Amino acid sequence: MEGYIIEISNLYTSFFIDTQVIPVINELNLAIKKGKVFGLIGESGSGKTMTALSILRLIPSPGKITGGKIYFEGKDLLSLTNREMESIRGKRIGMVFQEPMTALNPVIRVGEQISETLIIHKNLSKKEAKDVSLELLKKVGFEDPGKRYIQYPHQLSGGQRQRVLIAIAISCNPSLLIVDEPTTALDVATEAQILSLLKELIETQNMSMLFITHNLNIMKRFGDHIGIMYAGRLLETAPVGDFFNEPLHPYSRGLIDSIFTLRTEEKRLKVIPGFVPKLSELPAGCKFHPRCSYVMDICKKDEPHMKDLGNGRWIRCYLF
Amino acid sequence: MDTLLSVLELKKTYEVKKSIFSSKKEVIRAVDSISFELQRGSTLGIVGESGSGKSTLARCILFLERPDGGKVFFENKDLTILKKNEMRALRKDMQIIFQDPYSSLNPRKRVLETIGEPLLFHGYSKKGDLISRVKDILKDTGLNEDFLNKYPHEMSGGQRQRVAIGRTIATNPKLIIADEPVSSLDVSIQAQIVNLFLDIKEKRKISMIFVSHDLNIVRFISDEIIVLYKGKIVESGKTEEVFYNPLHPYTKMLIESVKANFIRKEPVLNDDHYEGCAYYQRCNVKKEICRKKPPSLTGDKIHKVACFVNDRSV
Repeated sequence: MEGYIIEISNLYTSFFIDTQVIPVINELNLAIKKGKVFGLIGESGSGKTMTALSILRLIPSPGKITGGKIYFEGKDLLSLTNREMESIRGKRIGMVFQEPMTALNPVIRVGEQISETLIIHKNLSKKEAKDVSLELLKKVGFEDPGKRYIQYPHQLSGGQRQRVLIAIAISCNPSLLIVDEPTTALDVATEAQILSLLKELIETQNMSMLFITHNLNIMKRFGDHIGIMYAGRLLETAPVGDFFNEPLHPYSRGLIDSIFTLRTEEKRLKVIPGFVPKLSELPAGCKFHPRCSYVMDICKKDEPHMKDLGNGRWIRCYLF
Repeated sequence: MDTLLSVLELKKTYEVKKSIFSSKKEVIRAVDSISFELQRGSTLGIVGESGSGKSTLARCILFLERPDGGKVFFENKDLTILKKNEMRALRKDMQIIFQDPYSSLNPRKRVLETIGEPLLFHGYSKKGDLISRVKDILKDTGLNEDFLNKYPHEMSGGQRQRVAIGRTIATNPKLIIADEPVSSLDVSIQAQIVNLFLDIKEKRKISMIFVSHDLNIVRFISDEIIVLYKGKIVESGKTEEVFYNPLHPYTKMLIESVKANFIRKEPVLNDDHYEGCAYYQRCNVKKEICRKKPPSLTGDKIHKVACFVNDRSV
């Protein structure tokens, strides 16, 4: 469809351990509009990172994509050869991983790590790559790129390393940038700086973004569209404004309540009872039903499908 | 209310080599002359970014790390002069909960042993009634008796943190220091654990020091807060007062960066030494005097700040 940079339809990914099949992504449908930020929200183990890795076809063994289509710039990524995929990864789709401490090679100067990408994907000479890298370092907010270029990762702070990773990710002008919990390991102040940088990049570089986080607060101020994941499924997707005005899925409501009652005079936080289920021991029916306060009989037997509510809102719940 | 804990001019410094090959050493003041008091039954929140000295302060108060200077009084006993066995007896009254329940629980001990150990050690329980005591404690932490024989790897992060809390409250302590107890947990679980802390505090009248970088949670749980920057208190006071009326530019920045999409370039930090305020380089309202000498903490019981620009004493 026109206007979308990536469209994922009916994606299934599973892990095959011994004789067990553990589904990590189930019936996932998601589309990101050009120039927009899609926020993928979920707790640990909900399948956020697996979604990102599926798009890049980097699911580690024994995991496999078992069904679905991922259209990116008119091509179905799942039907490409490995060689073709390599020319998309890092070039058309950039990725920033969660841990800035471990994502960089500790024994290579940061500048050379940026140049490397440019040399591989853009066939630049060493000299040209260095010039571009210096530009990139400046773009991500370093005032003294010359000095930074020759430093090693351990000489940089967490926020600075994250900037370097962003510089690497945008070095080939990707049309889609995937960022996975880019600020989780950082302080609030540094977090705000990195978010500003990302926002600026979207606006100036004409990029779209898949922003993976567990932090609803960040998405409230940052995203355009939001998707809530739970146990490998999307439970709700909606435009950010609508979502925060009126979250529909009981899980979404619970999440929002457990964060935003902080401001009120309540004595206790509102909570979602129970625990996040293990993917190997999922309940039958709706995967959220054991924790849901609106549970009905049907929820225990049959799993609901995504339902279109119009205006870009989809929900996986029998209440609607 | 009376004072349970008072900390006087507490100091802890570390020496770090400037680089692996140089013999020059740099002194890092992780805790720099910190003084405060904690009233019985109240909760003190300590906030600051990573590297501000929050955890070191928490560990120094409990003498898990020996401070280089200063005094800590717990129920009017001076901890600096206590003998080893006296200190050990006192440990049952002061407990700590760590951030990461994945590494703070012994992976080879079942829940029963984990929680039972302090009970037996401090003589709260005999072998015979241990199980029923541990069951009671588990109930208080929201777990049922099925957990007695579980190992840490069989539990989720939230459940492990509940067990860690169970071990902490087993000896009925008067003070609990919680060092980032919810930051490694999922959002829906964080709220559960925060509520658990509030329940325990109410039921058992325990005083608490809650260390966190999450301003929202600290605000919810604490009666008073302390804001740390580079090992020093830059602002302290009643929680609502500090949040509604932050005086230090650093506190303001922290609160702003949680609230809004705060756009701000990282300042260029140079290495030249100066004697003044530690926040000088990042400050956006600095004056000439800030570079020359460090501000001292001034103000009243409700609100104190260490800043020349918003001096409470003038």
